[in-house]
Amino acid sequence: MDWTALTLSLRLAAWTVAILLPVSVLVGRFLAYRQFGGKGLVEALVMLPLVLPPTVLGFYLLVAFGRNSPVGELWQSLFGHQLVFSFEGLVVASILFNLPFAIQPAQRGFEAVPIEVREAASCCGMSPLASLWKVELPLAWPGLMTAMVLTFAHTLGEFGIVLMVGGSIPGETRTIAIAIYDRVQAFDARSAGIMSAVLVAISLFTIALTYWLSARVGRRLS
Amino acid sequence: MALEVMARTAAPIPLDVAFRVEPGELLALVGHSGSGKTTLLRTIAGLWRPEVARVTVDGTTWLDTAARVCLPTHRRRVGIVFQNYALFPHMTAAQNVMAAMDSADRTEAVRILDLVNLDGLADRKPAQLSGGQQQRVAVARALARRPEALLLDEPFSAVDRATREKLYGEIIALRAHLAMPVVLVTHDVNEAQLLADRMVVIEKGRAVRAGTTAEVMADPDALRAMGIREVAAMLPAIIAEHGADGLTRLDAPTGPLFLPGVEGAPGTRIRVRIMAHEVILSRVRPKGLSAQNILAGTVAQIVPGKGPAVTVRIAMGEHEILARITRRAADQMALQPGDIVHAILKSMTVARDHVARDPDAARVAE
Repeated sequence: MDWTALTLSLRLAAWTVAILLPVSVLVGRFLAYRQFGGKGLVEALVMLPLVLPPTVLGFYLLVAFGRNSPVGELWQSLFGHQLVFSFEGLVVASILFNLPFAIQPAQRGFEAVPIEVREAASCCGMSPLASLWKVELPLAWPGLMTAMVLTFAHTLGEFGIVLMVGGSIPGETRTIAIAIYDRVQAFDARSAGIMSAVLVAISLFTIALTYWLSARVGRRLS
Repeated sequence: MALEVMARTAAPIPLDVAFRVEPGELLALVGHSGSGKTTLLRTIAGLWRPEVARVTVDGTTWLDTAARVCLPTHRRRVGIVFQNYALFPHMTAAQNVMAAMDSADRTEAVRILDLVNLDGLADRKPAQLSGGQQQRVAVARALARRPEALLLDEPFSAVDRATREKLYGEIIALRAHLAMPVVLVTHDVNEAQLLADRMVVIEKGRAVRAGTTAEVMADPDALRAMGIREVAAMLPAIIAEHGADGLTRLDAPTGPLFLPGVEGAPGTRIRVRIMAHEVILSRVRPKGLSAQNILAGTVAQIVPGKGPAVTVRIAMGEHEILARITRRAADQMALQPGDIVHAILKSMTVARDHVARDPDAARVAE
């Protein structure tokens, strides 16, 4: 059992969720309420990582973040190490890869808040920020929670893009999914089996938790 | 604290209307759906901005497209009751009311809920309340905002008829406590006639008639815009006595009226709406008739319509009754202005929701 790989995976998932939560609130809310030219294109772009093979996205990120790219150079000059094959690089890749899993359910969540209810909030004297906090977030919460759980569970299980952008550096970029792959390559079926079972248990627990919580929210509203 | 509204726009529907509502006055915007009346309400609330518009309340400008002034909705002191109430589903009745207060005060919220007859239901969620109760929460929430203008958007359309009758009475009683201008949007002429002091009839985005309720209801053009079947007269009356057989005797300026079971203690001042097409006219006072109400008056005017019917205005002292009869009948009777006629009205033809407490009386009494 590779505990370092497991904690690394959990850390990666936590960072991804922490950064994507405000992003999905802002972007999901914007896409839910606003009509604008090119909205379809934006929605398609958000959904793109869902259909692309992880290796394709990984390849582009490798090129975009590489030592010779503007982003890579900037990162190198700021932090003294390169972005690819680092934990930070993994976080950036994970965020991009999880955009559809975070934004889509968040958008559906905000779309479920009736426009009259939002209008009633402003007629009650609530500023847009107060309306978001007191009315929209509590009502869009099931969608946001789905978004965060999907993102979390999906990050734990991601393999291809991690391998492309991160490689398999122990303690830095070797996640639990990569560790399982390494163990299988080394004919260590016992370790691979234990780690797979742990991953199944964690994922099942997270998803069951969402179902339980959203059922509770459902009861609260009815 | 008068509310002044002017709005002109070409899209999505052409609109060109201006009106003024005095403090404490209830103005009804009456028209068919799609006539633009709800758009006007949304303009006052700041939920919609026409191309050219001005909204001022008590001298404060909320919207003036010419001067590029537009206060956002949350900075206008406006109370609005939406057609489907738009309550916050995750909050209790009391929390809904507190959400509209400047600083949440549960005691005050419970007091306002008591005012709309919701005592004891403060901790229920909207889903646990009936349609009528939800409407009352919406009214309480609108009042909790301490609005400078109260807007009611078809507030009675989503409840059944029995509940609606009750809510009419409650709104009328509540008006005693309201000092701000009130605008009611409705397609229901009965509702407007029972509740409003003044009416503006909106057709295809234009105000075709504005005036006191009595004036508008006597104007054939305005009635045509609202659908001619709705012609009705409004009589003030005082409850005199509840008979053992279930009929209530009312003292009206036209003489006694007998109607089925009117709610209210003897002495209560009410308004009764008498539909013109329910009234039968006779030259002589008929005898041996089942109808309980025979009111004598003088023909004031015979207003021809486009179809086979005419509307006869019958003066009875200061008030009048309208009768809608065929042109043929009017000719056979050789009716002329100045003739004495008897208007016959079956007790059972006056619907229960056509009787309401008199708004002016309610204000004086409380």
